[in-house]
Amino acid sequence: MRRDIFQAIADPTRRAIITLIALQAMTPNALAEHFDTTRQAVSKHLRILTECQLLKQEYKGREIYYQLEIDKMKEIDKWIEQFRKIWETRFNQLDELLSTIKKQKK
Amino acid sequence: MNSTPPLDFSVNKETRTVYITREFNADIELVWEAWTTAELLDQWWGPKPFVAKTKVMNFEVGGRRFFAMVSPEGEERWFIQKFTSISPKINFKTYNTFADKDENPELQGSEWDFNFSEQNGKTKVSITVYNESLARMERMIEMGTLKGCAMQFKNLDELLPTLSQK
Repeated sequence: MRRDIFQAIADPTRRAIITLIALQAMTPNALAEHFDTTRQAVSKHLRILTECQLLKQEYKGREIYYQLEIDKMKEIDKWIEQFRKIWETRFNQLDELLSTIKKQKK
Repeated sequence: MNSTPPLDFSVNKETRTVYITREFNADIELVWEAWTTAELLDQWWGPKPFVAKTKVMNFEVGGRRFFAMVSPEGEERWFIQKFTSISPKINFKTYNTFADKDENPELQGSEWDFNFSEQNGKTKVSITVYNESLARMERMIEMGTLKGCAMQFKNLDELLPTLSQK
C-alpha cells in the first residue's frame, strides 16, 4: 500500500522515530527503548515509515537496522519551498497594490 | 530603483507552525487596510494565476471572511476565516478552515496570528500559522500544485518595473 509522506510525519511518535534515526541507523529494539509504547506499536510505526519510503531496512548479521531515506525527506523541503513561493507572489502583488494606492492618494 | 524587501519564511515541522515576516513600503494605516478590507484583499491575496474572491466579510470579532481562490480554469476552492481577536493596527487573529461552496467547514483548521508594526514609514507584518494537522498543512498549498496548472511565478525582475517610482 502506497502511503502519503505527510501522513507519515503527522504522528508525533513517528516524528520522534525520524529524529532518532536521523542521528544514526537503529534496530527496532534500540528504538523501542526510547518510547513508552510496546515494541509492537513501534514496529507498526516503522512499517508505515518504510511504506512511505522515509526509512529503509538494512540487514547487518541477524539485526535489522533502519535508516533514513534522505531523498524522500527532501520532498518535504520542496513542498515547503512551494509554499514559500506562494507567499512571495502574494506579497509582490501587495507591494504593487500598496504603491498604486499611494500614487492615487498623491 | 526599488528593491523588494526580503521574505522571512520558516517552517517548524515538529510543531506544524509556519512563520512569515515581510516589510512593506507603506504606513501602517494603508497596510492594515490592505489586510482587512475585502475589496483590497481580493486584489492581492490570490497568488497568480489564482484570484481571490471574497463573498462575505465582517471584519469584527466573531465575524468571518468567506472567500474562494479561483483558478484560471474557473475552479473554486473555498475557505472560511473567522476573526477571533482584533486589536486595530496592531494584531488580528483568525481561525481558518477549508470549506465547500455552501460554507460547510472541514473539521481541522489552522490558527493565524497577524502582527503589524511601523517604523520609519515602513510596516512590518509577521504571521504565525499553526496547523492542527500536517495533512492539512499540505492541503494549504495544494492549490499551487493542481494538476494541469503549472504555476507561473512572476519573476521579481518582471514585477519591479511595474511598481511606482518613489
